[in-house]
Amino acid sequence: MFENIGDIVLLFWRILLALPQTWRQRQKVYEQFFEIGNASLLMVCMLSFFIGGVIALNFGPPLVERSFTNAVGGVVGLAIALELAPVMMAILIAGRIGSAMAAEIGSMRVYQEIDALRTMNINPINYLVLPRVVAISVALPLLVVFSILVGWFGGAMVADMNNHMEIPFKAFFSDMRDIVTMKDVAKGIFKSFCFAVIVGVVSCHQGLTTIGGPRGIGRSVTKAVVNSIVLIVIFDYIITRFLLNE
Amino acid sequence: MNSPTNSPNTQNGEAGGVSLVVRDLHKSFGGQKVLDGINFEVQPGEIFVIMGPSGSGKSVLLKHLIGLEKPDAGEILINGQSINTPEIAAKYRMALVFQSGALLNSLSVGDNVGLYLAEHRLKPASEIQQIVTEKLTDVGLKDALDKMPSELSGGMKKRVAIARALVIEPQLILYDEPTSELDPLSSVVIGNEILNLKHRIHVTSLVVSHDRDLAFGVADRIAVIAEGKILTIGTPEEVKNFKDPLVQNFLHADFKREV
Repeated sequence: MFENIGDIVLLFWRILLALPQTWRQRQKVYEQFFEIGNASLLMVCMLSFFIGGVIALNFGPPLVERSFTNAVGGVVGLAIALELAPVMMAILIAGRIGSAMAAEIGSMRVYQEIDALRTMNINPINYLVLPRVVAISVALPLLVVFSILVGWFGGAMVADMNNHMEIPFKAFFSDMRDIVTMKDVAKGIFKSFCFAVIVGVVSCHQGLTTIGGPRGIGRSVTKAVVNSIVLIVIFDYIITRFLLNE
Repeated sequence: MNSPTNSPNTQNGEAGGVSLVVRDLHKSFGGQKVLDGINFEVQPGEIFVIMGPSGSGKSVLLKHLIGLEKPDAGEILINGQSINTPEIAAKYRMALVFQSGALLNSLSVGDNVGLYLAEHRLKPASEIQQIVTEKLTDVGLKDALDKMPSELSGGMKKRVAIARALVIEPQLILYDEPTSELDPLSSVVIGNEILNLKHRIHVTSLVVSHDRDLAFGVADRIAVIAEGKILTIGTPEEVKNFKDPLVQNFLHADFKREV
């Protein structure tokens, strides 16, 4: 992966240069955006509900046992907003959407469709990469907003219904409001935007550099997902440490 | 290679076919020489066929001509101007018909054919629709407008690819193995289409093929290439009579049936 970092950065730079073309490609952006949202929203909600629930289940009883009952809402709220929603959703999107991007662009490369675009003076970055990266960069933060809300709801339900906690719904959210601020939510959303760019650029890069036949496409898909996840985890630390932890 | 500034029907490029000169072209991949000093000239409006066995460097040569590959050495001139000069793309219209057709599988036949015009916003949608229908009618595929490429046969895909190339109103059209994987009837249809274009729009055509029937049926001149080198160039008659054993082997290779 790291031998390709230079190429990935170069592709990112080309996408930045192509950004003024976004309006021209708005139809494709909209199609990609709809595809990402449509394919992922239900899965995001289901996953987030259980993540919220399991965090409440893990942290709630020990906190209640030590008389920190009013910290449960805040701990669950912070964990979901700052870390779990952005990272887990980015990983989910890397698996569902990043893999599809790498496969589609990869097969276009293998079957000379990208060469055909070039012969028609159609820039593959503008035509294929830009709409996908823009769409995922808008869609993932929106999905993360859903994820945070559903995750909180899942945490609150478990905290309310679990015998070891029995924290009423209203109290859970009231405690959460004391600790979790809008700034925390914004930090989580910003992270998810960065992760979306990583998934989009890495997946499109893998697609564009695909060689060989169907086997090459399979290899590109695997690399796109694995490399995206590795970079998400690394950048999660970097963003948290240097940008958000002031 | 084609520029949106040199749009079809705007006529700011030169009309009719262009001349093509290839001088001392060299290309290697990982130490293996694929093109080893290729030289030839194609006149405006001429059908020039490059023949040779598989792996002789024909398709790589074609990719150089359309700018998809950069040569290690040598130059390619269109109407006397190097294809590496920035203004060449704005001045001349060139199209490549890929061996596989290379249609975009996610688009319908109509969208594929109209892609160049739509993407460069050269015409309003209604006019694009009209041009697409016209070009598909030219290649006998008017009814395929709304079909997806996956619903087409190999021959139909190639004809759609030709229609897509025609939308550009090319001055130079390059064909990569246009009759490979086609039955004899479809091959004849494609061959006739290449001839029609020469007479109708005086386009310069460069055909890369190992199909002897096609080559001798459509070519004004033929070049035979083997192992990255051109063995001979001439009219079909001259090439047929060329005494080089490699050329004769290629032209007359046949099955040996024991009786």
